[in-house]
Amino acid sequence: MSTPLRTPLKTALGLGSAKQGLHHFMVQRITAVALLLLVPWLIWLVLTLITLDFAAAHALLAQPWNASLLLVLVIAVFWHAQLGLQVVIEDYVHGKGSNLVLQLAVKLLCFLGAAAGVLAVLKIALGR
Amino acid sequence: MAEFTLPKNSKLIPGNHFPAPAGAKNVRTFRIYRWSPDSGDNPRVDTYEIDLGACGPMVLDALLKIKNEVDSTLTFRRSCREGICGSCAMNIDGTNTLACTKAIGDCPSGDVKIFPLPHMPVVKDLVPDLTHFYAQHASIKPWIRTQTPPPPDRERLQSKQDRAKLDGLYECILCACCSTACPSYWWNSDRYLGPAILLQAYRWIVDSRDEDTGARLDELEDPFKLYRCHTIMNCARTCPKGLNPAKAIAEIKKLIVERAS
Repeated sequence: MSTPLRTPLKTALGLGSAKQGLHHFMVQRITAVALLLLVPWLIWLVLTLITLDFAAAHALLAQPWNASLLLVLVIAVFWHAQLGLQVVIEDYVHGKGSNLVLQLAVKLLCFLGAAAGVLAVLKIALGR
Repeated sequence: MAEFTLPKNSKLIPGNHFPAPAGAKNVRTFRIYRWSPDSGDNPRVDTYEIDLGACGPMVLDALLKIKNEVDSTLTFRRSCREGICGSCAMNIDGTNTLACTKAIGDCPSGDVKIFPLPHMPVVKDLVPDLTHFYAQHASIKPWIRTQTPPPPDRERLQSKQDRAKLDGLYECILCACCSTACPSYWWNSDRYLGPAILLQAYRWIVDSRDEDTGARLDELEDPFKLYRCHTIMNCARTCPKGLNPAKAIAEIKKLIVERAS
């Protein structure tokens, strides 16, 4: 751990405090609470959908409440996943290059997933 | 970085065997990690058979007996032998604890395995290098910080209720058992302060006489210094003083939320 001709305190202090982290912490918990409520609802929805034919399933999903909740769920899932995976990568991947590439890949894939999910729900909800 | 295998020069090789003296009745085997920087050899595990009939009750007693009577090259730290100095922190049967307060009889049956504190650089045998750990402690400025000068005629006083808030914190002896039991500290100790130092930080944050609470929270609010704690709870499980560093960390996180909302 020690670097030649540097005091241990210099190493321990590093670049100092980022003076942030609260936002990440809060959003991770808010999305977690949202998912705790929405995932049981999603299970109910899926179990209902598989008993219906296409037209009835489409109509159920297009109902404003269901479409709205589904939108919130899609956004919460990908937001939460992105935050969680960011921490996992920070924990385990310490190469500067590999860290950057992985972080970027996770963020972009989560954005893509969220965009595709939102578009799908909107198509069902608004399409006639 | 997470390391799932030991580096080549850290792989254990079988070591020496020291049999029990003839006539010993109550023999317990101790398997002890040995490494010397001078030899250039890989670390090894030496096996010592000790007659418990002629040995004190604690693991530290066995270590002292080995050093005094069997193998004087065995190196470890010890001082107070009553759980207040924290010098003899080591990994005994897979759990970090103090050798002086761990009874041999409380070790599960079979050999007693003794290793240095995990994932720290080893100075020799059971002696870890705690330089960075102590530097991290210094980095949180663990002393009272005030703007108000002390009263000229007496100490800075605090109410009994405020004093009670330090219970469960002031008892920490900085033995490093908790920090070196924490996977987050294993992988990220260069930046994560670890449970012991965060408990010490909270000890000053919650002290009614300290006037630098905001600055202390500012210094801790950092993705690595504080938020690397993922409530794994190894710290609370291993603490030989029965303290709960995870709770202290949670309290710091709560205060940071509180001041922003």
